[in-house]
Amino acid sequence: MSEAIGQQHPLKLYFWIWGLLFLLSAFSYATDFLDHGFVRWGLILTFMFLKAGFIIAIFMHMKWERLALIWAILGPPAVLLVLIGLMAVEGDYTEGTRLNFFSDPIVPEGHGAEH
Amino acid sequence: MAQTGTTAAHGSIEPGWQTIVTDWSADKQTFQVPWGKAMMWIFLLSDTFIFTCFLTGYMNVRVSTPVPWPNPSEVFALTVGGVSVPLLLIGIMTFDLITSSGTMALAVNYGYRRDRGRAAALMLITAAIGAIFVGMQAFEWTKLIVEEGIRPWGNPMGASQFGATFFMITGFHGLHVSAGVVYLTIVAMKVLRGDYEKKGYEIVEIVGLYWHFVDLVWVFIFAFFYLW
Repeated sequence: MSEAIGQQHPLKLYFWIWGLLFLLSAFSYATDFLDHGFVRWGLILTFMFLKAGFIIAIFMHMKWERLALIWAILGPPAVLLVLIGLMAVEGDYTEGTRLNFFSDPIVPEGHGAEH
Repeated sequence: MAQTGTTAAHGSIEPGWQTIVTDWSADKQTFQVPWGKAMMWIFLLSDTFIFTCFLTGYMNVRVSTPVPWPNPSEVFALTVGGVSVPLLLIGIMTFDLITSSGTMALAVNYGYRRDRGRAAALMLITAAIGAIFVGMQAFEWTKLIVEEGIRPWGNPMGASQFGATFFMITGFHGLHVSAGVVYLTIVAMKVLRGDYEKKGYEIVEIVGLYWHFVDLVWVFIFAFFYLW
């Protein structure tokens, strides 16, 4: 009968996920009180992916869709990882170039004002 | 369940890679969902690329500037009763959107139960919570522009790219929320009027997909722009 009435799941499930998303949001917000570093970044990413996963899988019903649709939608964004990787390398390079050519040259002591 | 290799029955959820082959090579529609739902998913896929490009652009300018990046924790702090609470408004906006996602999920459920009064009411509540989000964003922008002097081309706290990326990313997201409020309101009124009694209530799920996506984008903006 499921095809006749579409995505139909018990309300209890939605309330559980709703509560879980609130909890994860609270954890997410709490990371702001940590010092900047790998622990903080790791937790930000963990809570972010968990929240995104629950929203897509349960609220957007992706969990119950057929694989043909799941992979057609979730597969293509994987190429974005290439873009992100390239732009991270590019950004590092640009910063290095700026530091090399656009910042004040470090002048050794005593060799300053003569020229 | 074990009908491997044959065209699967409509809507059943058998696992396995074989279903991808059968669905894509069956000489008929590939996605066994209403066409509106398939098209909404494809639209959301394209929107994913747009938002990822924005966030990647933001990452690139933040990585490449030798000037210190303004600390979002301080920039977006609010003073409550003399105490400065970091990211307070952004936190409230996050909970606001999560709340609206829950009411939207319930609306979809009541839609499929053909309880159109409850479905429409929950959609209107969702739209109202969305409108509150846009209101808070307007407040945030005003504070940043008027009080803190942040402009797309510069700001007093640090790297000048901060304003450009902030206004572009949150602006585009806010536009999506605003469009969603209008979309939700229109469909809710049509649901209430009984326009979908014959067609069925997939439309509520389709609106829901859009709305959940807007919340999803916020999850990433919150993590990368406000918390990082």
